[in-house]
Amino acid sequence: MRTIIKYVLLDLLKNKTIIVYTIILAALSVSVLSMGSNATKGLLSLLNITLLFVPIISILFSTIYFFNSIEFTELLLAQPIKRKTMLLASYTGVAFALGIAYIIGIGVPVCIFSYGPAALTLIISGLFLSLIFSALALLIFVLFKDKTKGIGAAIIIALFFTLLFDGLLLSFIYSFSDYPIEKPLLGMISLNPVDLGRILVLLQLDVAVMMGYSGALFKKFLGSATGSIYVFACMMFWIVIPLFLSVRKFRKKDL
Amino acid sequence: MNSILAFTFLTLYLCLPGKVCYASNLKVYATANSIRNAIAAAHKGDTLFIQSGVYKEHDIVVTTKITIIGIGYPVIDAENKYQGFIISADSVTIQGLQIQNTGRASTTDIAGIKIINARFVTIRNNKLTDNTYGVYLQNVSYCYVFNNIIQSRSTSEINNGNGVHAWKSDHLLVKGNTCTGQRDGIYFEFVTDSHIEDNNSYSNLRYGLHFMFSHDDTYTHNIFKDNGAGVAVMYSHGVIMKDNEFIHNWGDASYGLLLKEITDSKIEHNHFLKNTVGIHMEGTTRVDVKHCLFEDNGWALRVQASCSGSNFMENNFIGNSFDVATNGTLMLNFFNHNYWDKYDGYDLDKNNIGDVPYYPVSVYSVVTEKIPDAMILYHSFLTDIMDKVEKVLPTMIPDKLKDDNPMMKKLKL
Repeated sequence: MRTIIKYVLLDLLKNKTIIVYTIILAALSVSVLSMGSNATKGLLSLLNITLLFVPIISILFSTIYFFNSIEFTELLLAQPIKRKTMLLASYTGVAFALGIAYIIGIGVPVCIFSYGPAALTLIISGLFLSLIFSALALLIFVLFKDKTKGIGAAIIIALFFTLLFDGLLLSFIYSFSDYPIEKPLLGMISLNPVDLGRILVLLQLDVAVMMGYSGALFKKFLGSATGSIYVFACMMFWIVIPLFLSVRKFRKKDL
Repeated sequence: MNSILAFTFLTLYLCLPGKVCYASNLKVYATANSIRNAIAAAHKGDTLFIQSGVYKEHDIVVTTKITIIGIGYPVIDAENKYQGFIISADSVTIQGLQIQNTGRASTTDIAGIKIINARFVTIRNNKLTDNTYGVYLQNVSYCYVFNNIIQSRSTSEINNGNGVHAWKSDHLLVKGNTCTGQRDGIYFEFVTDSHIEDNNSYSNLRYGLHFMFSHDDTYTHNIFKDNGAGVAVMYSHGVIMKDNEFIHNWGDASYGLLLKEITDSKIEHNHFLKNTVGIHMEGTTRVDVKHCLFEDNGWALRVQASCSGSNFMENNFIGNSFDVATNGTLMLNFFNHNYWDKYDGYDLDKNNIGDVPYYPVSVYSVVTEKIPDAMILYHSFLTDIMDKVEKVLPTMIPDKLKDDNPMMKKLKL
């Protein structure tokens, strides 16, 4: 397994897309952080960048990578290697590469320019988003045989989580605004890793007071130890469940 | 003979009270009840020089016109039980004392210096530390509160009083004081024709300045910083606010400036920096906001639909999360010639005024004003898109609320 991870990782670190991705992230964060007079503002812009780009790039890149390396996968599976090992190893390689790109691109500049609890939360949620969306990409790769369909599904999933979900959430808030919906909202937010990451970072910044009553409620829950464990567990579920499903499906997949 | 008699009487009349006529200077040293005894012995116009030391005295009542001057900040300690000075005579001056540790009570308002039914009283250069109320003015006129340092370490709003508290007074001048850690830094109720100048009111538990039913007052060059709920000005008319700074009044229920039921007032050349809400207006009529700077606030302005006839002219709006929020579609106020950093229009005739109007209310702020829960989507990609779409096709935002002549460049204020 380790050999496969090493191979995938080395292959990816030489990959032009990953390098360009890293450079773009780094350029964005350095320019945003060194330009702004105010650390909160810089972090907020980086949060927006993270929430928009990281899911889309992670899922698209991983999907394309998995589909492109299908011959390599088939070749390896001709060897006495378990399908599960093979799949998880290539996932680990891709996730590692994306994670490293994120840490170099955003983590390092953030730590240099405005280190603090908010910066750490931003890095952790960005990392989680990379891992989650590459796990979803793996699931797409396993479920679809055709590369085009797979890429389409990846785009739809990314859009769903970054945009559509919030729209649905807003219409839910609109329709049930007469009821005490803070707690159901908290539950619904857990269904979207992007929102979860966003709220985690916002709660660390002082703009949290603008979120009013519901913000105070979230802070009370998510700021506590149980809350942190809950968020961590939610994020882990978002990685583990797609992985589990893809391993199960891949076992019987006709390659 | 008559004239000689008259002369003698005149001489007697002039000479006999001579002992009382000339004001004398008395030195007071720290012994038991020394201040109280000195005041009891003092005559009208005397000056008491309180020498430095610790005086464990309390409820010192001043009923004659005297001047009390502290040398090297003598400490008057009320031992956490009693009141400090109580002044009920005209033209009393208290200067250079440190009055500390008054008691706390819920039946009476206990103060470091309390002035009741008097005129022309001057309170100058004192340090008032850990008192319930600092300077308490009740039914007074023409009083001056200058350069005092008023501070408290209390953490509870209930047990704490105000720094400078004025009730039913007129013609006051509150100038150059520092108020911190009190409930309200400066509190005015039923106070008219007064000036509040150059004060620094910070880190108070509730308001930096609390102002009710106080007409025709002016406050200028004050700094209100980090107060629990900012500054509240309510139920008054003819209030002039100029050159003040409202800085970092940041919290769930915090405002830079809260205006409620204010009429015919002027807000000019003020700076609102990093407040949750710059100005919150409710039920105001004819309030002019001019030449102000709103920077890095959550909401720069929150103008409720109950406000009318107000003008917002030539202000700078920079880096606020929301420029203006309102709770209705009716808008009877006017925005003109302001600079908005979010304005993305163009200026073809190069006259420095944008050619298309600016709509300062974003659709997301309309949504959150209706349903505060929607604030959970703050900074999500969806809300940015909604704002962009609404700019092209306005449907939800109040279309009357617009700036027809937005400035292209930051105004010099």
